[in-house]
Amino acid sequence: MGPIGENEFFFLMQGLKWTVLLAVVGFIGGGIFGILIALLRTSKMKVARRITAGYIGVFQGTPLLMQLFVVYYGVALLGIEVNAWIAVAIAFTLHASAFLGEIWRGSIEAVPKGQTEAANALGLHYVSRMKDVILPQALKISMPATIGFLVQLIKGTSLAAIVGFIELTRAGQIISNQTYRPLLVFGIVGAIYFIICWPLSHAGSGLEKRMAKAAR
Amino acid sequence: MTYTFDFGAVLDRAPELLWGSLGTLGLALAGMLLALVIGILGVVARTSKSEITRTLVIVFVEVVRNTPFLVQIFFIYFALPLMGIRLNPTVTAIIALGINGGAYAIEIIRGGVESVSRGQIEAGFALGLHKADVFRLIVLKPALRAIYPSLTSQFILLTLTTSVCTSIAAYELTSAAQRIESDTFRSFEVYFTVTAIYLVISTLMMGLFALVSRHYFNYPTR
Repeated sequence: MGPIGENEFFFLMQGLKWTVLLAVVGFIGGGIFGILIALLRTSKMKVARRITAGYIGVFQGTPLLMQLFVVYYGVALLGIEVNAWIAVAIAFTLHASAFLGEIWRGSIEAVPKGQTEAANALGLHYVSRMKDVILPQALKISMPATIGFLVQLIKGTSLAAIVGFIELTRAGQIISNQTYRPLLVFGIVGAIYFIICWPLSHAGSGLEKRMAKAAR
Repeated sequence: MTYTFDFGAVLDRAPELLWGSLGTLGLALAGMLLALVIGILGVVARTSKSEITRTLVIVFVEVVRNTPFLVQIFFIYFALPLMGIRLNPTVTAIIALGINGGAYAIEIIRGGVESVSRGQIEAGFALGLHKADVFRLIVLKPALRAIYPSLTSQFILLTLTTSVCTSIAAYELTSAAQRIESDTFRSFEVYFTVTAIYLVISTLMMGLFALVSRHYFNYPTR
């Protein structure tokens, strides 16, 4: 058995950096496309609603690990020379866009209909109605679910380890193989995830309770 | 783009994919049952008089829900042999799935139990219903209906999560896919096909759950 020293800890921190980066890129990229999906999903165009519903259904009905594999090898087939990091980032962005799109569709629909009617009566066109009236309210409604998904996404980045990408979990695996101390290493790795995810979960459920109270 | 797709190489291995799918279904079913048992026991333990028991349940739920399943399965995979328990990877995977799903089930079931109002139970007794009937019709059925949507979507999530069990070489669809991939080098075709199989499995499960709901919970709410 080897000791867990400064070097090992530094290696884990390097992995953590990639975990955070992957989650941030996935969340921001997924957020941008997610809004687009949510808007199409709630639009008046039947075709757009159908397509986005299918898109969401596929991502919600298949394992994240499979999505990673398909995108990882799919991108390579397109003939573009990309490194593992970009391929994995694309996969998480697509995954997040579907889930955030569905969450935000729900919150757009949860904004009272009167708001849309009032905006129409004021003569606001689509962009202004969405940007200034509906989306700000929808965003507020969606906060608990959005934070909940962020936690899912952070945990989900661990699956990049199976594709071979060295983030926190893969770094833990490597150190565990070197030191033969799997329980200690995965205990530390788990604790690091917990330290990141728990405050977020807590904030999310706190927000949910406060909003439920305010709604009563 | 000069790549030519070759799904034939994958379709040649159809029996393996079928067995893998059955493995996935088996893992999912066993995991769900264990999760349900842990969920019910956890809810009972959460109402225990001992504060230590209650705190333990809360800590269990929070730890499981805020760490990745992959880390959990590795931890369990290495922890069991140290405790002198030697199991094959598939059984280990079922335990990990049950523990993971159980933590979510505790929270879901607790919500359902809390949703049954005291007044309803009293009304049941006032109508002269037997104690067993009060429990079955007034407590259990509405509570089940209240948690049914979240519990079943959690079960579908658990089914999709079984793919992660390939990391400890459990017998299921993803590990079958990885075997086929390393033999044929048709990575994209293999994973595309397997993703489609997962989509079929989860869609069928959703349909089945909806069907059960329509038959069993087919009465007006208010």
